[in-house]
Amino acid sequence: MAQRTLQQKLAILSDAAKYDASCASSGTTRRDSRSGGLGSAGGSGICHAYTPDGRCISLLKILMTNFCIFDCAYCINRVSSNVERARFSPEEVVKLTLEFYRRNMIEGLFLSSGIIRSPDQTMGDMVRIARMLRIEHGFKGYIHLKTIPDASPDLVAQAGLFADRLSVNIELPQDASLRQLAPEKRPETIRAAMADVRLGREAAKEKTFTGKRPPRFAPAGQSTQMIVGADQATDRDILKTSANLYSGYQLKRVYYSAFSPIPDSSAALPLIKPPLMREHRLYQADWLMRFYGFDAEEIGAAHPSGNLDLAIDPKLAWALANRAQFPVDVARAPREMLLRVPGFGTKTVSRILAARRSGAIRYADLLRMGAIMSKAQPFVTLPDWTPGVLTDSAGLRARFAPPPEQLSLFG
Amino acid sequence: MIRVTLPRFGRFDAWRAAARDLASARVPPEGVAWADPDTPPDLFGAEPAPPPADHPVIATQDFLQLARQVASHSDPERWSLLYAALMRAQGDRRFLSNPADSMLDRLTRMAKSVRRDIHKMHAFVRFHELPADGPRRAFGAWFEPEHPILEAGTPFFAKRFADMDWLIATPEGTARFEGAAIAYGGPAPRPDLPPDASHDLWQTYFANIFNPARIKTDAMRSEMPRKYWKNLPETRLIPEMLADAPRRVQAMRDAGATEAPVFAPKVTARIRQQPDDSLPETLDQAASQAARCTRCKLCHAATQTVWGKGDAGAGLMIVGEAPGDQEDLAGRPFIGPAGQLLRQAMAEADLDPDRAWLTNAVKHFRFTPRGKRRMHQTPDRPHIEQCRWWLGLERRMVAPRLTVALGATAAFALTGNRSPLTPRRGTIEPALDGGPVLVTWHPSLILRLPPDRAPEARAQLRADLAHAAQLIADAPEG
Repeated sequence: MAQRTLQQKLAILSDAAKYDASCASSGTTRRDSRSGGLGSAGGSGICHAYTPDGRCISLLKILMTNFCIFDCAYCINRVSSNVERARFSPEEVVKLTLEFYRRNMIEGLFLSSGIIRSPDQTMGDMVRIARMLRIEHGFKGYIHLKTIPDASPDLVAQAGLFADRLSVNIELPQDASLRQLAPEKRPETIRAAMADVRLGREAAKEKTFTGKRPPRFAPAGQSTQMIVGADQATDRDILKTSANLYSGYQLKRVYYSAFSPIPDSSAALPLIKPPLMREHRLYQADWLMRFYGFDAEEIGAAHPSGNLDLAIDPKLAWALANRAQFPVDVARAPREMLLRVPGFGTKTVSRILAARRSGAIRYADLLRMGAIMSKAQPFVTLPDWTPGVLTDSAGLRARFAPPPEQLSLFG
Repeated sequence: MIRVTLPRFGRFDAWRAAARDLASARVPPEGVAWADPDTPPDLFGAEPAPPPADHPVIATQDFLQLARQVASHSDPERWSLLYAALMRAQGDRRFLSNPADSMLDRLTRMAKSVRRDIHKMHAFVRFHELPADGPRRAFGAWFEPEHPILEAGTPFFAKRFADMDWLIATPEGTARFEGAAIAYGGPAPRPDLPPDASHDLWQTYFANIFNPARIKTDAMRSEMPRKYWKNLPETRLIPEMLADAPRRVQAMRDAGATEAPVFAPKVTARIRQQPDDSLPETLDQAASQAARCTRCKLCHAATQTVWGKGDAGAGLMIVGEAPGDQEDLAGRPFIGPAGQLLRQAMAEADLDPDRAWLTNAVKHFRFTPRGKRRMHQTPDRPHIEQCRWWLGLERRMVAPRLTVALGATAAFALTGNRSPLTPRRGTIEPALDGGPVLVTWHPSLILRLPPDRAPEARAQLRADLAHAAQLIADAPEG
């Protein structure tokens, strides 16, 4: 095989990395290059570009290699695929990261890898790249390393010292599907790896008895990814799994990735159109769990099938299924209830609470404060607005759902 | 009309100084015309500003922060608007904390637009490498923001790229950094940026990270508005990527599933472990089988099987209910709050925790998630009955001379007796598989009891453990 150029390798190994959804570069420790080195981080992340698939490019997202000894049916890089293979040297990854970074194209590196030879070997190489960036080049940008679940805890501990974020992909919402589609992976080792990261972060927060602070460990936390639509799990199952993961491992994010056809697909999985609308609704539901005080069960219970309504957003669907709790008096309702009003976001609710101190809030005020009144109308009362029978009217859902002929778009 | 001309750079501080003086003389907003260097001179001449007077001028931190952002807006009315807000705040400061106020709303929107533009500048400036004279590498960029944000937007680059020289040129002016402070200059023609090989690599990356099977151009256009595209070289690829996407998806579909390469089954066969389901003969074998246990549904949510730990030859077995949050994360039994209490009580009863086999009746954590925490749930009968398989194996291999059951779950798992614990506490019952079981409280019960009842239960636990220590010492070994 002729030696591939850097450009050819980059083409193959970025193509291989595109099924990882995460692009976050926010929430790590604040640091910059005024005291030496290159780069800065902390605060909100920056998306440097967007591709036409609607995903942002914040990090250089590449695989170290797409050679892999595992055979996960949903993955383009599985051993049984005929995809073109390539492997970066650690120096090449470092060079690409730094040169893109200097041109202000990225916030840092998101490095993942196929598993070559053994999990420890692979994880060891990834840690070496992170170490080179941090120690040899004084790189202060963002580093996200994908943890290989079976790698030794020592390597994970080292990875946490150099990386801002660690992630382990749970891959599928149910253990049974993972065992079936990814026979080399084991759900319990994946969860144990997440538990290790959580314990590592907690240990790094505790001062030692000498009062010294231990070195920071993955300060931007950990995240995971779940493929949606490759197995039979309902949205309720998916959200319950997410709730377990958030509570168990203090994850910053669970990413949902609509199962997308891959070149060189496996016979085990259908070549479906990616369920993008379902993915979108799951993200909305996930937001409701993290910022609006909803739990997985009540969101999932809004529809008897256990799946989210694709035509309307999950908060609206919940409100329509729980109309007895509406309309809400904007002047008096507690924060928890205001957060449940469709069309009110967290910022709008904070503004309402602030504005209530200065006087009555009217319909036009709510519009100015960012409320989506077309959605909120049936669910609120104001000094100059009462929904009357609208709240309980039979045709209320039809007001929000798109007309039937458009439904084919969401197929 | 008083005319105040603000400089091109350092505008906000100049406005702040002038506004403070004018407000101290209570000059009304209609009496001041604010001008930028590019504003044509006033035809009718202007009055001189009155000298500062004694009226106190108050501006909150929040207002100043908002004003600093609004100052970078392109709207020529921004200065008079800010001055009007400042004057209004002298009489009624409350409107600045009322999100329903229309003046505050307008200023907030302007500030938001500026912040977004600055954010997009941080995102979309693209440096090209320039020939450098000294040891520092040099880079240059051309950028066209929506608002005059050069001064507000560039300190970010000085922090991020302190080890290189850079120049950012915009229609408003230029910012040049050579290691010390940023030097700002007036408008200059767009610089010639030489071709840069890393930009070709960037285009390769952009084209290949894109997934043709998911097209969501709305999301792309709302976050990367077209007005910025002309200075982003990668956006030139977008039309072709979009045009080619359906063909690529169709090609995937047509190709369908493919034949695996010949080496694949060999690799798979080498690494795929055939689970050993034969009856385990050692504790280690049992532990590794239990790690894969799916006998009940608890394994789907729990992290891992928490197997027993300790001295298998000690003759004493202590059985708790099930692992808790901490035990589940670390994979070791009795390390959480209840475990610590047990260890304390054992120490007081002269029992060395390392000279006993510590385990649980159920080996997976049962919980319900609540926000960021997991709430412990007591295992149900089916969980206990399924897990008795493992407890039985453990008992066969440890062959304890005495077993201590902590709490009702452990007592039921060991004896099959589900009756209330209070009358049984401190007594010895026969285990289902033979051997004596000393029944006592679970330490987590003591943690949950009200302060007036906890000490008694704790004393009973200690007494029972001391009783166990004595029984073990008296019982013949082997």
